[in-house]
Amino acid sequence: MSAPAAAAAGQPLLDVDGLTVLLPVEGQQREVLRDVSLQIRAGEAVGLVGESGSGKSMTARAIDRLLPKGAQVRGQIRFGGREVTDLAGAELRAFRNKVAMIFQDPRAHVNPVRRIGDFMTEALRTNLGVPAADAQQRAADMLAQVGIDEPARRLRQYPHELSGGMLQRVMIAAALLTEPALLLADEPTTALDVTTQAEVMAILDELRHEYGLAMLFITHDLELAAAICDRTIVMYAGQVVEVRRSELLHSDPLHPYTAALAAARPDIAQQSRRLRAIPGRPLSAFEAPPGECAFAPRCAHAREACLAAVPELVALDGGLSRCVRVTELRGQLEAAHA
Amino acid sequence: MATAVGVAARGATPRARNGAMALLRSTGVAGMVSAAVIAVATVLAVFGPLLAPYNPELPSLGLAFVGPTGGHLLGFDFEGRDVLSRLLAGAQSSMIGPLAVVIAAMALGTAIAVVAAWLQGPVDTVISSGLDILFAFPGILLAVLAAAVFGAGLTAAAIALSIAYTPYVARVLRGAALRERGQPYVAALEVQGASGTSICLRHIVPNMLPLIVAQATIMFGWAMVDLAAISFLGLGVQPPAPNWGVMISENEPGILQGYPLPSIAAGLCIVGVVIAFNVLGERLFEQAQAARR
Amino acid sequence: MLLASLLVASFVIFGALYLAPGNPISALSGGRALPPASLRVLEQRYHLNQPFLAQYWYWLENALHGNFGVSITLQENVSSVIAARMWTTGGLVLYAALIILVVGIGSGVLAALRPGLADTSVLVSTAISAALPSFVAAILLITLFSVKLGWFPALGNGTSFASNIRHFTLPAVALAISSLAIVARVTRAAVREEADREHVQTAVSRGIPARQLIRRHILRNAAIPITTVSGITIASLIAVAAVVETAFSLNGLGAYLVQAAESKDLAVVQGISLVLVTAFVLINALVDVLYAALDPRVSLGSRAQ
Repeated sequence: MSAPAAAAAGQPLLDVDGLTVLLPVEGQQREVLRDVSLQIRAGEAVGLVGESGSGKSMTARAIDRLLPKGAQVRGQIRFGGREVTDLAGAELRAFRNKVAMIFQDPRAHVNPVRRIGDFMTEALRTNLGVPAADAQQRAADMLAQVGIDEPARRLRQYPHELSGGMLQRVMIAAALLTEPALLLADEPTTALDVTTQAEVMAILDELRHEYGLAMLFITHDLELAAAICDRTIVMYAGQVVEVRRSELLHSDPLHPYTAALAAARPDIAQQSRRLRAIPGRPLSAFEAPPGECAFAPRCAHAREACLAAVPELVALDGGLSRCVRVTELRGQLEAAHA
Repeated sequence: MATAVGVAARGATPRARNGAMALLRSTGVAGMVSAAVIAVATVLAVFGPLLAPYNPELPSLGLAFVGPTGGHLLGFDFEGRDVLSRLLAGAQSSMIGPLAVVIAAMALGTAIAVVAAWLQGPVDTVISSGLDILFAFPGILLAVLAAAVFGAGLTAAAIALSIAYTPYVARVLRGAALRERGQPYVAALEVQGASGTSICLRHIVPNMLPLIVAQATIMFGWAMVDLAAISFLGLGVQPPAPNWGVMISENEPGILQGYPLPSIAAGLCIVGVVIAFNVLGERLFEQAQAARR
Repeated sequence: MLLASLLVASFVIFGALYLAPGNPISALSGGRALPPASLRVLEQRYHLNQPFLAQYWYWLENALHGNFGVSITLQENVSSVIAARMWTTGGLVLYAALIILVVGIGSGVLAALRPGLADTSVLVSTAISAALPSFVAAILLITLFSVKLGWFPALGNGTSFASNIRHFTLPAVALAISSLAIVARVTRAAVREEADREHVQTAVSRGIPARQLIRRHILRNAAIPITTVSGITIASLIAVAAVVETAFSLNGLGAYLVQAAESKDLAVVQGISLVLVTAFVLINALVDVLYAALDPRVSLGSRAQ
């Protein structure tokens, strides 16, 4: 089924169901993603937030079939109704045209020995058979749209002649050329300085609305995700721990971890004596103690019940939470961490 | 002041002092086997002529190229001399030459590298440019030139190779010396008033020791090959003195007559020792890299 | 920079005349006693009455015009000797270079892209061949392929072009064998490293087919270090060729250089040395040019080591 048809039928564009991923770590297969489920509708922007090791990048890579060698995938990933995990050959390539990924460090992710024009038009020429001159024109137009001046000249330049911010815009432009339906943005602005960050985010947001793209925006910054995404998913230790509408994330979080993340961000306007850090360090899925809530060791609200079993995802007020005490703690989480 | 002393004391103690044996063990099985081979070769180099059962230099033409028989494990060479004895005796000249080359090139190269790294500025630029210019003048060519001018012989060849290898050593070590120079303990020592020479000799060089040893080990292999090649060409050790390189060439006619053993035996001795140095050297390099992290 | 190298090298080669024990005359004559007429000719030809630097200048100037003086032993113009033997050495080095490039790079790429049996066998064979100096390889090859199997002739140049190839095969292999190992290993490491790079991930995520991926992103990028190593390795063949030529009795420049060194025929030694060093420097210059052409981040003249 094609993407528009799926949307029309009310089905989500991307449907990840019970995704579990194991990677070889020091010779053994270890879980890095545990039973992750998420849906993205056509045109919807969803944020994926977590610290390092939470599995957010891994989720995006699993969706885009970019997992490292030796990875084991269980569960289902459906795009436009079609199962993705067993695509191959021409179908896989067609899928890749419809799902575009933007990476974190543009300088490492663009081939340094090829010109910008070559980088941008490669997929068009190879997969879609667009003639070279045509492709160059489209690339130039797209460069203009992302706010790069003198597009024709830039196309002839090499990556090392462009700044990090410009290179990231080039990456965004290149991703949009194949007219994808879903954009996977893996921390696109983390490697950039703050002012450039704001510019690139603005462009990303604008183009997304203009082209009606769905987006999975991955970041460790809760505020950033909330700023441009309608819904935000919070991950911890390879699991989804909360799904919430972005505007409610601060005022009414459904999981202690989210509240802690929000409180940990230094606020320039506020006066505090100490920065609120979350004690302990973030864990990968395989490091989490089995049979209990993965966040319990670091959670200020942990009780006996939290150590008894791995909590299930509970639906609540239009969102999801993986906390057994969520109903009790409702309303108090924000206050407790303010 | 106290911090400077602390920093100086912490960084200034060379790291690989927990024993050569520990270092050796950390190079793994391959490294240890290689070290054993090298040890055997060294023993032969020192005691070879004494261990040889028969006279390695006395020709006995009636026995030329006779194959292995009782008491003569490897048979006879082209002049009827016992091959095994000649190999044992030849170990000396085959190992001493490379040793001299390595000592000379490493000493000179280290000195140049440390001076360049220490003084920096214009001196470093001149030295670096000089090193770039001499970049890799082929050692063998220089040795042939030396032989033409000074006459064939091990000394001239060894000196020529030392000169040819020095720029390479200096270049490799200069990088390491610069890194050491930039370490905080050096600044701390300078603040305390230590002289440049003493800092270089007592702190910088010892901290570069793992790299120096690794480079020297690998270089021994190269020098051995180059010197054997020069002797093979007839421009190094002169017959009838026993030497593995010479033995290969003087017994080459035997191969065509169907008696390859003397020539090949000498060749395998060289190859065996060179492999040992290469393997050990590579392992030591890895250790030196790891120690730096 | 390379020109400076050449100049310094030529200076050293020329200066060797004065390093020799005794005076230049005895060095040139190789210690032989010569009649006064010949001595006067030598004096004139080498401008021995002039200051050192002037002599150097004359010698260099002559060399640039192809005039290297006369061989004491052969009583011929050195340049004609060089011209006659240049093709042998050149052909040998070219043949060996071809083997190194095709087999070395080929097996390196194969080992990198097909881990498993191919990779292991390449690793093992390079470990062995890396340790074989060319003269040892030479005698092993002669023993096996010439004497025992009779597939290739052992000595000499051969007469026609076809027989040249036959005669040059074993020498070329002997010359190439240890360099081959280095090139194969560096190629393997470079290709593996490139395959792991992030920009390759980007191309994969855009659905670029595997063949094109390998060609345009992995191999193309790995070509940079591979070219550098191959170039340096091939340049070093020039010196080692002398050893192989001697072992196989080929009448190349290297073999003659050795003979001239033995008979202390300095004019020949200087002439051939200069030619060989020039070739060495030229090949390195070529590598620099190729490097700058392959890597747009680098400007000509700065080869990162």
